[in-house]
Formats: sequence, structure tokens, C-alpha cells
Amino acid sequence: MKIVVCIKQVPDTKGGVKFNPDGTLDRGAMLAIMNPDDKAGLEAALRLKDQYGAEVTVLTMGLPKATDVLREAIAMGADKGVLVTDRVLGGADTWATSTTIAGALRNMEYDLIITGRQAIDGDTAQVGPQIAEHLGLPVISYAQDIKVEGDKVVVQRQYDDRYHVVEVKMPALVTALSELNDPRYMTPGGIFDACKAEITTWGRADLKDVEDGNLGLMGSPTKIAKASDKVRKGAGEKVTPDSPDEAVAYIVGKLKEKHVI
Amino acid sequence: MDFTLSKEHEMARQLFKDFAENEVKPLAQEIDEEHRFPRETVEKMAKYGFLGIPVPKEMGGQGCDILTYAMCVEELSKVCGTTGVIVSAHTSLCVDPILTYGTPEQKEKYVPDLASGKKLGAFGLTEPGAGTDAQGQQTKAVFDEATNEWVLNGSKCFITNGKEADVYVIIAVTGKVEKRGRIQKEISSFIVEKGTPGFTFGTKENKMGICASSTYELIFTDCRIPAGNLLGQKGKGFAIAMHTLDGGRIGIAAQALGIAEGALETTIEYVKERKQFGRSIAQFQNTQFVLADLATKVEAAKLLVYKAARKKDEFQAGAKVSYSVEAAMAKLYAAEVAMEVTTKCVQLHGGYGYIKEYNVERMMRDAKITEIYEGTSEVQRMVISGSLLK
Repeated sequence: MKIVVCIKQVPDTKGGVKFNPDGTLDRGAMLAIMNPDDKAGLEAALRLKDQYGAEVTVLTMGLPKATDVLREAIAMGADKGVLVTDRVLGGADTWATSTTIAGALRNMEYDLIITGRQAIDGDTAQVGPQIAEHLGLPVISYAQDIKVEGDKVVVQRQYDDRYHVVEVKMPALVTALSELNDPRYMTPGGIFDACKAEITTWGRADLKDVEDGNLGLMGSPTKIAKASDKVRKGAGEKVTPDSPDEAVAYIVGKLKEKHVI
Repeated sequence: MDFTLSKEHEMARQLFKDFAENEVKPLAQEIDEEHRFPRETVEKMAKYGFLGIPVPKEMGGQGCDILTYAMCVEELSKVCGTTGVIVSAHTSLCVDPILTYGTPEQKEKYVPDLASGKKLGAFGLTEPGAGTDAQGQQTKAVFDEATNEWVLNGSKCFITNGKEADVYVIIAVTGKVEKRGRIQKEISSFIVEKGTPGFTFGTKENKMGICASSTYELIFTDCRIPAGNLLGQKGKGFAIAMHTLDGGRIGIAAQALGIAEGALETTIEYVKERKQFGRSIAQFQNTQFVLADLATKVEAAKLLVYKAARKKDEFQAGAKVSYSVEAAMAKLYAAEVAMEVTTKCVQLHGGYGYIKEYNVERMMRDAKITEIYEGTSEVQRMVISGSLLK
């Protein structure tokens, strides 16, 4: 079985988000980590490898520095790493990113593609399903458990109050949740091997069946008007009206005050 | 001269740091209070290869260098001195001498299980009357030609990983030799397995610090071990022990460095939060200057420890160099810095520093042993001055 795990290097948002004066993310000021959902997806792939002897390839798009997450993945047990990097691919939104990744995947063999549900720097949850759409593959998103039975993948898809068990014939794409598992650590020897491992690097010319108009900033329909850090909510206001009518009047008054109604 | 760590070492440090924060720190206080050996942590470290870091891959190890190993002990010791010394004693004092002096058969039999952490190692040199003074050894090994066995009698004390280990490197007297016209004890080293008839454990030591470490007396009463368990040549045991301790000192220096760094990091957080006279105590110049001095000493200790580790790496790679003096300097300085840093960090914590809920109290107790075991600070000074005045 061949598994490709799509991973992304993201700024660690644990210590808050830092912005450049122009509103874009100041990535240099933040620690770069492997996106947590992607890491869980990688762990799921490595468990399938432990169980069935699968070959696991990790794929990422980003700056040359993104090889760090590929090496981390190899140090955890992945077999190969592929970096897609090119100046013309920069500034991509989810559409341009999924087009690029699909263009890379068309060069690769796979039975199963695993992506994280969403990246902590964008929180769109769109890239995984979009890749599946580009490649004409079935997609099961929000996986909290992944099993392989013969030529099928059986997934527990998470909902707010329940989960669905969905099975699909491979090849297929699954998007993983960070709750899926506790990713393993790297090993010291794995790190030394990973740093010597050759990373396959592809540019625009290596992408298959993609059009320039769908790539990079120019190919991105999304335009970011403004970005800001999460605003901390205050403690709120507690009121204890004497009757339901008073409560309704109070709420309606507040909604009017905020021009909601 | 390049002070930049390689990508491998940076990644390895992050790994050890994450592991220490997530797996070791949550247990540190509890195992100290309960004097409980952290078997569960040892199993996790085994799973991730921490017990065979500088061991070649073909022997079941991780194939990394001594610097990586030292960084592992350092990061573990930042949060728990006990966990640091478990790895150090196992790797430097048991795996290393078997790898260095063992026959191909001995290496094949013992190293893969030790490197994978399936088995834990320990080293027995110290006796009630012989620590640094190896000639004071009383434990005897007599060869029984009839059975082709060595018969061990005597005891060893203060043995780290004492009751928890499976494989022990033991130093014993095998006869007398004439050296420069004087009759001296002939000393040899042996590999002894737990469970060998005649090998039992005495009392568990009740210590000031590294309380979760298993420190025991080992007792040998007509303990018969196969002839093939002689480690290295007969009569070379003293040289083997001294060489082993040279490597061990790098591990203990890394432990001391980690304890000092851990105490400093904790204290930096504390002084920013602790308020007195209407402002944080970090705003007082006394706090600032004390921290500046401590940080400078920690950095100096780190350079000495890493330099010693690098020198041993050169030796392992085949260079004809000795790392004995570098290891002694690193251990001497890092241990004394650990003691000074932890003592001053307790002081900066004020009354809370004396309370067990605050980790610096444990760190100060743990720091003290680094000035004592694997050669006291005085012995390190003897080693260093010996090289200056020879």
C-alpha cells in the first residue's frame, strides 16, 4: 500500500500570532511547526505502515525551509519527502494550493491520501476536499479513526454529537483530526537519517495538468482584506430580569443598540 | 571555530525537550517524593531509542554521537535529575565499556538489548572502603579452573540503577602484581547478569537528592560467572574503570548543566511574576545581576560540556586524542555551577524556594550529587592538575 500524507509547516500559534505592519503574518517571529492535524494524519499513516508495511511519502508546498517538516516526518518514520516550491506558487489561497498539490500528486502513486482537516494558520478546512475534487477521488473528512480492510478504507467521521462509519474503496482521500491519535516522537537515529535523506524538490514545471492561471497569488480568488489576532472576549454582562417579558425587552433593546435588528 | 549546532543536533534537542516536558516533568515531583524509580519513563525512553544514542546502528543503537547523548541527558535533567542519571549511568558506565572493551561475542550478547532498552545497565566500582582509591578494592574474583568460572566475593555500594539494572560491569581484584618494585592489586572487570546465583542486593540508600534513582548495595557471595564474562584483558580493570569514568563524567557534566539550566529557567519565570513592594522582583537590580551572573556561568558550563563531548566524538571517530582533561573540567565546572545556580535560585524564590511544591528545592538537592559521584570535584582537580604538572 502506498500512502501520501500532505503536511504543512505552520507558525506555532500557541504563544499568540504576530503580524507584519502590512497585516500579513510575521512568520519569522514565530516558531515553525508541523500542522497538528497533519501530524495526526501522518501518525495514522505510520500506524498503517506498522500494521501493513505501507510506504509513506510526505508532500508539502512551501518555501525551501519547509523541508524541515519533511525531515521531521522522516525522523518519525516516513519513507520519502517531496517539496513543491517555486516563486510562482507563492501567495496561494486554498484553490491555488489544492491545484498545486493535485498537480504534484498526479506524478505520484497512491492508494490513500491523508491530509489534516485544516491548518492552524488558515483554518479553512478546504484544501483536503479540494484536492480530492481535482483528482476525482472520494473524500472522507473529519476522520477520528482510520482502518484499512482489504481494498477499502473504513473511517469514523466525527460530528458534534456522534460519528458516522464510512467505508470507501481506495484510492481515496481522508482528512484527519488532531484528536485522531497522539503522534509519536522522532527518534535520535531517525533524525540523523532524516537529515541525510534526499528530499525530492519539484517546481512549477513538474506539476502535471495544471494551468498557470490557477496557481500562486494570481490564481487565487481569495483576497485578504484584513487580518487580526483573536480578540479576547470580556467577561460579559450578567442580568437577572424579573420576568420573561423583561428579559425579551432587554435582549431586543441590546440588539437594537448594536444595530443587529 | 563554529559554535552553531547542526540541523541534526537542533532537531534532537527539540525532541529531547518535547519528551522531557511531556513525559518526564509531570512525574518529577511525584517520583522524588515517593522515592520511586520511574520504570514507565524508562520504557518510553527505550521505545524512542534514548538508551542507545551513541551506539552504532548495527549494534541496535541510534548511531548518533556523544554530543547528542549529552544533550539528551541535559534536557532530561532540566526537568528531572533522576531521569538524567538513569540514562547517563546506563549509557556511559555500562554500554560504553562493553562496546569499547567487549569481545565480539560479548557485544553481540549484551549491546543490542542494552541499546534498545530491553535491558538496563549499571556499573560497580565503589566499595565502602574504595571510591576514588581503586587500590582499596576488596571485592575479589578468583578463577576456578575446574569449572572455568570466576568466583566473585565482596560488595559494591552506592550503585546507580542498582536494583533496576539487568547487566552490571563490576570491578574486582584478581591477584597481585609487581609494579615499579611495589606489590599492587591486580584489578580486572567483569560482566555480571542479574539473577546470577550468589548476586544479591543489600540496602537501598536513602539519599538527599536524585531520590527516585535506584541506589543499592550489590553483594557477591561465591557468585560464579563464566570465564567469558571477563571484560577486557585480565589486569586491565583499573584502566577500563578510569576510561569508563572519563566518559561518564561527560554524562554527569551534562546532568549538572541541565539541572542548572532548569533551575534558571524556572526562576526567570518566577521573578517576573513574584511581586514585592508593588513591583515584580525581576525589576530589582539585585535580581537582574544575580540572574546575569548565573546565566553567564551556565553558558560557560555548556561550552565546556559540549567541548568534552565533541572531543570524545573525535576519539570515537579514530583520532588519537584524549578527552580525560576536558571531561574532568566539564564535570568540575558544571557541577559547581549547578550547585551555585540552584542555591541562588532557591534564594531568589525566598520562602517559596524552601517549599517542596516549587521545583528549585528538588533541583538544589539533586545538584549536590554532581559534585560527588563519578569522581568528586577534588578528584577532577587532581586529574586536571595532573595533566598540567606531568
